[in-house]
Amino acid sequence: MAGKDPIKVILDKCVGCELCVKACPFDAITMENKKAVIDLAKCTLCGACVDACKFDAIIIEKKEAPKQADFSLYKDVWVFCEQKKGKVQSVAYELLGKGRELADKLGSKLCGVLLGDNIEAECDELIARGADRVYLVDSPKLRAYQDEPYSKVLCELVTKHKPEVVLCGATTIGRSLISRVAVKIRAGLTADCTGLDIDPEEKLLLQTRPAFGGNIMATIIAPNTRPQMATVRHKVMKEADPDPKRKGEVIKEDFDEETYSSRSRLVDIVEEIEETVNLAEADIIVSGGRGVGAPENFDVIKDLALTLNGAVGASRSAVDAGWIPYSHQVGQTGKTVCPKLYIACGISGQIQHLIGMKSSDVIVAINKDPEAPIFSVATYGIVDDLFKVVPRLTQEFKKILH
Amino acid sequence: MKIIVLIKQVPNTTDVKIDPETNTLRREGVESVINPFDMYAIEESIRIKERFGEGEVIVVSMGPPQAEDALREAISLGCDRAILLSDRKFAGSDTWATSYTLSQAIRKIGDYALIFCGKQASDGDTAQVGPGVSMHLDIPQVTYVKKIEEITKTNARVERMTEEGFDIIETPIPAVFTVVKEINEPRLPSLKGKMKAKKAEIQVWTAEDIGCDEKMIGLDGSPTRVVKIFNPPPREGGQILDGEADETSRKLAEFLKDVVIG
Repeated sequence: MAGKDPIKVILDKCVGCELCVKACPFDAITMENKKAVIDLAKCTLCGACVDACKFDAIIIEKKEAPKQADFSLYKDVWVFCEQKKGKVQSVAYELLGKGRELADKLGSKLCGVLLGDNIEAECDELIARGADRVYLVDSPKLRAYQDEPYSKVLCELVTKHKPEVVLCGATTIGRSLISRVAVKIRAGLTADCTGLDIDPEEKLLLQTRPAFGGNIMATIIAPNTRPQMATVRHKVMKEADPDPKRKGEVIKEDFDEETYSSRSRLVDIVEEIEETVNLAEADIIVSGGRGVGAPENFDVIKDLALTLNGAVGASRSAVDAGWIPYSHQVGQTGKTVCPKLYIACGISGQIQHLIGMKSSDVIVAINKDPEAPIFSVATYGIVDDLFKVVPRLTQEFKKILH
Repeated sequence: MKIIVLIKQVPNTTDVKIDPETNTLRREGVESVINPFDMYAIEESIRIKERFGEGEVIVVSMGPPQAEDALREAISLGCDRAILLSDRKFAGSDTWATSYTLSQAIRKIGDYALIFCGKQASDGDTAQVGPGVSMHLDIPQVTYVKKIEEITKTNARVERMTEEGFDIIETPIPAVFTVVKEINEPRLPSLKGKMKAKKAEIQVWTAEDIGCDEKMIGLDGSPTRVVKIFNPPPREGGQILDGEADETSRKLAEFLKDVVIG
């Protein structure tokens, strides 16, 4: 049996230094008689211990699957360009910016993929933002996103044109769509990437993403399948600037009724009226927590958010207390956000909250308790009553902005 | 009506602390819990069974032998029976292989009406397994479900949370639903439930039991490979602004001027 284990400790080489125990993110290594023992039930074969071991005492035997096909047929970097109500979403421009860089490193084309109804006018913008080619599928059946028609169309396009890389926003739509496509075409998919690069030797897509709520980072590859697919976190990559002089081609594709058909049916799209912009799109978020104390007190938070043209966020305790709807919740059981500026007011900063916002560019913490964990991630901290500071801050910003 | 709920055992993030000196995870004494989103999936499964007044809720998890604890907890909450998919051959599974393995188990259970899971797991955060399962089984999916408006034995009308609000979707059954926190408020285990959980027999299924193609499971069945794990760069030390509120708010606004004007 032992010979079949995919990971092994070479006992002669192991000196019992315990570096691997510390390195293991899954707590799968223990020491017995000063030798490392790996619990295969916990081990995910991530290789952290192999890298950590200075004595080459741990080896992972990777039975590489035979390559499926000749990968030389696969070329080009694709970006799935999400649209809502006929308007391409900003996450697509972020991906075109990154995609351009990857395509240049691979020496291949950058292609936008656009599905929608009566949406051809948007193609120019995709080309201006860096696409060499746009695959356009224009049909009344594709007016709004639906899981089945969108995934069938994308599978057909990928199978026909064989891209090397497919990128998609890690949005509600993107995450629902691309997981289906990856399963159908048996391709590797990495979720919620915050970094993408090309390995200069192997020409592989290096996909870096946070795991364990951002406590560790992992770089992932898909060496034996094509295309290499990734969803990318919104607001992390910089939007490509438009260049109206850029030239590109539009390739129109059409499919049969079966491909456009759906067993489930989209009955209605409801937009909840918000006083402020939505959390995922916001460059600035002002959040309130337990310290806000009452639902009507959220007005202080909302005033600041409105002044800054930002969105209103909340911690779990404020949501659970019923002061503000769940759609505002930032954190592990809510939304993960990474705005340019995050202002946390009366939020203590439990780890579940920090997970959802700590990759923001600038973090401001306003809290009465100097020991609150939120200060450990804050760029600027003010130890004071939020009801004293926040209204004054609103006034200061009004002066600056007007 | 047979309802299957898929759950994952994850480390409890409230226990995960960062060692400030090495900036690595401190995991001593970290307990394992049911993935928080899966608690809502369990609750919704039980509520639907109660709504119909008949049926069976089967909870399934893929993981090491100790994931049995998570399954027992699910039974204490009201699930009728539990199946653990556990096999050394599953080690190293990515989301492709995991969704394949789960779908094989679901096929073996058979004759199901609904499959529930949390929208994502708190350790991996991929949100890929639910849609993957629906694709493997070739049944409709609705992700990010925040409300089940109506449900019959053949159809459901549900609300799917979006960035701007929600979509209303009608779907035939069987279907896969991945749920968000807003959908319900999970109950606590009853005393009777706890007794039942203690005595419950947890079925364990291996790769062979569910007829897995070995090329589709574990590390070999996973298209993705982790090549590097590292610590995120630490945040640069912050600055505490001292003084009265008038002064601190003025200083802060000044510091943030460029960000705000953007």
